[in-house]
Amino acid sequence: MSEMNATDRVGGTKPPTLQLSGLHKSFGTVEVLREIDLTVERGQMVFVLGRSGSGKSTMLRCCNRLEEPSAGSIFLEGQDICARGVDLDKIRRRIGMVFQSFNLYPHLDARRNVTLALRKVLKLGRDEADERATSALDRVGLANRADHYPGQLSGGQQQRVAIARAIALQPVVMLFDEPTSALDPELVGEVIAVMRELKDLHMTMLVVSHEMAFAREAADRVVFMADGRIVEDAPPEQFFTQPSEESTRAFLARYSA
Amino acid sequence: MSAWDRFAETFLNGEVLARYLPSILGGVWVTVELSLLIVVAGILLGTALACLRAYRIAPLSLLIVVFADVFRSLPPLVLILMGYFGLPNVGFTLSAFAVLFVILTLTLAAFTEEIVWAGITATPKGQWEAARSTGMGFSQTLVWVVLPQAVRMVIPPLTNRAIAITKMTALGSVIGVPDILNQATTAQSFSGNASPLLLASALYVLLFLPLVIASRRLEARFAWRT
Repeated sequence: MSEMNATDRVGGTKPPTLQLSGLHKSFGTVEVLREIDLTVERGQMVFVLGRSGSGKSTMLRCCNRLEEPSAGSIFLEGQDICARGVDLDKIRRRIGMVFQSFNLYPHLDARRNVTLALRKVLKLGRDEADERATSALDRVGLANRADHYPGQLSGGQQQRVAIARAIALQPVVMLFDEPTSALDPELVGEVIAVMRELKDLHMTMLVVSHEMAFAREAADRVVFMADGRIVEDAPPEQFFTQPSEESTRAFLARYSA
Repeated sequence: MSAWDRFAETFLNGEVLARYLPSILGGVWVTVELSLLIVVAGILLGTALACLRAYRIAPLSLLIVVFADVFRSLPPLVLILMGYFGLPNVGFTLSAFAVLFVILTLTLAAFTEEIVWAGITATPKGQWEAARSTGMGFSQTLVWVVLPQAVRMVIPPLTNRAIAITKMTALGSVIGVPDILNQATTAQSFSGNASPLLLASALYVLLFLPLVIASRRLEARFAWRT
């Protein structure tokens, strides 16, 4: 799926797709992110694990500035997205985001959930937007549900439409904020299947999730967060079999038990 | 004369009804025209104010809140009398029709603003975040994502309020707007008979009952499809 990497240039060294550098975030006096450094190279799938409250969702939400970082920088393909005068809406259309609770627009059917930003942000014509929406919905296996409203879809289907809504904009990176946490267990698989397909298409992804098996099988790197810090950053095999930090071991023992 | 005959003589007097029917029907048109104008203008203005308030520009929001609170607290009749009898003294002379239109429109706008604002704040934060994360701007998100949901949520209170305020067109009779009630009270005092008032009541029901029913259908029409 070459159109997903619309900014692809042949040769040359490209900056990493996403780079967080010295990121801090405080809510009032509570420091939820401290000195976060994280790099996501192009085509990589990076998994973020950690207990609730460890700051992983906040970190993810900083990446498209749904949360405003208190300090530090975030680079998208080398561009500092926290710089003064940056056009945030232009940045955001290059960063797809998938939410825990789907957040589909309930008053629009699946197709128009996907086409809205294509029409209003990319200013595509109706036909072109419909075409792109159909192809995005097809990608998540829901082309036949295009005229269904969110309320008529299962949770898994809603999340797949939400993924279609994000990939239709052909982002350079996708952020997943616990995409399967709100789903019934039997619906988790279909969403993971779609994410696996995106991974096969070399979509760059930063994923906050508790799906350990999927992380182990599909991730290029796994990051473990505790108390607002990244304490471990390793390839999955190493992460799950011989983590270097005690807190990672405790976390893994607890979850695999 | 039996009690029934006396009642019929007072409220169902065919002769009186026949004589004043044309003028009262003329009042129907005035009431309908005013009602439509008030509903359209009031709801548009109120919705626009609620949207402006969403931008959270402090001085502007304050003005909107003050406007909404004042117009929701004051009895419209007071404003209608001030507008019609008071304003000419400071050089503003408006027709009775115009005064009634302006005051009731502002009153409906004040309530609409509060109702739609409630809908906007009740729309989940995730809807804003989803739209903004696709690169849509604040105004685009408000117009295409939040407002359609907000309005759907508040259709029941909104239609209730619209009907309640439209019925207040009857207040126009105190400043001489030739609406249904005015024509009926005129006929009543000329004839010394209450039949025109019963006719007026019947006409109000005839006018507003379909509106009440239509609002139910509107509520059903805009329910989420599940």
